[in-house]
Amino acid sequence: MLHFNLSQSDGVPLYLQLIQQIKHFIATGRLTAEDELPPVRVLAQQLVVNPQTVVRAYRELEMAGLIYKRRGAGTYVSAQGTPYTEAECRRLLSERANALLVEARSLGFDLDSTIALVQECSAELDRLKEGTE
Amino acid sequence: MSSEVSDSVIEVTGLSRSFKKNVALRDITLSVKPGQVFGLVGENGAGKTTLIRHLLGAYMAKTGTVRVFGLDPVANPVSVLARIGYLSEDRDLPLWMKVRELMAYTQAFYPDWDPTYAEDLRNRFGLPLDAKIKQLSRGEKAKAGLLMALAHRPELLLLDEPSSGLDPVARKDILGEVIRSVAEEGRTVIFSSHLLDEVERVSDHIALIHDGVVALDMPMDGLKDSHHRIVVRFSEGRASFPDMVGLLHAEGSDKEWRILCTGSREDVHGLLQEMGGQLIETMVPTLDEIFLARVKGIQLNGAGAHHES
Repeated sequence: MLHFNLSQSDGVPLYLQLIQQIKHFIATGRLTAEDELPPVRVLAQQLVVNPQTVVRAYRELEMAGLIYKRRGAGTYVSAQGTPYTEAECRRLLSERANALLVEARSLGFDLDSTIALVQECSAELDRLKEGTE
Repeated sequence: MSSEVSDSVIEVTGLSRSFKKNVALRDITLSVKPGQVFGLVGENGAGKTTLIRHLLGAYMAKTGTVRVFGLDPVANPVSVLARIGYLSEDRDLPLWMKVRELMAYTQAFYPDWDPTYAEDLRNRFGLPLDAKIKQLSRGEKAKAGLLMALAHRPELLLLDEPSSGLDPVARKDILGEVIRSVAEEGRTVIFSSHLLDEVERVSDHIALIHDGVVALDMPMDGLKDSHHRIVVRFSEGRASFPDMVGLLHAEGSDKEWRILCTGSREDVHGLLQEMGGQLIETMVPTLDEIFLARVKGIQLNGAGAHHES
């Protein structure tokens, strides 16, 4: 069973949160091509949301080509690769980069020291990854 | 307007209601379409229950009209009530009966009672046949009330604060069963609650009643698309936020302000930039924020309206 986490503390519409989380499941391999998504009424009941919320999320994911319907037989993940285009990936990462830069500047870090810090963190991640493999 | 009457489950037009000198409803106009899950929100005492009692024919409309399935519920109580399932806020269950007796007793009122469905509901809710209603927990009483409201498969479900005072588990059971009946049978539901989180999840249309007035009436998606919470910064300090079309609420001081406003995102951004504001952040507000802003706006603008009636 997929575990969704719908938050109502920041105002993001519920159908958008569903779309983002399904995209994320696909991007991270928790959902792969030809996996079946729960039927609308099942997911609506599981999440205690209006069925139209799920219908809208599925419709928009279908228009984006990420999922497809087999007639009378449910909704499935499409065979195509990443749910994010390169432009979307850049946009997602730019948002994070902007947040980092704003924070760094207000703390008195110039660009070079910020980049050096990112490199240190990256090396630390690599070390951790080696440790777990 | 009148051409739409036939396709509405509920049509309320110009309804006003006073008790002695207290005005409970002022000129309420609302329509509910088939298959809608219509969230009715507002503080306790805002007039939600009074409105629901009008829909049930328990109060007669002296000013304005009330139509349910195209009928006046006061003139046609039997045919209207047979098609409604109602869960009242205080449940109204006969405490001396056992679950078994209550089911048999309620069944007698409804020709369309579905014993198989009633038994399914009872099992899902875990209600023992021989338990006395009086001995049921709060959550179980709410479940018993919902069972009685659902088992004749009514076209319209009226739920008055169905989960008020319940723990999260019982609340999820109750709302989950409502969702199931909506998803499987396309039932029309009026759902009154002061808990905005659950209204946002369950409803697809929302009406805010404040002080007896309809302060907001729109589809849930439209509500989220048309309200914005924006942080804006001016190059020079200001004593108050400038007048602006669509502004509902502003807080802040000097250079930086946080506002809640309505309109298209482009229009709002354009207006703010014209007044020399720099946009720091635009977010979708929560329902709580929208309603607080609306309610505060009414109190400021409508201060004079309270004296006439």
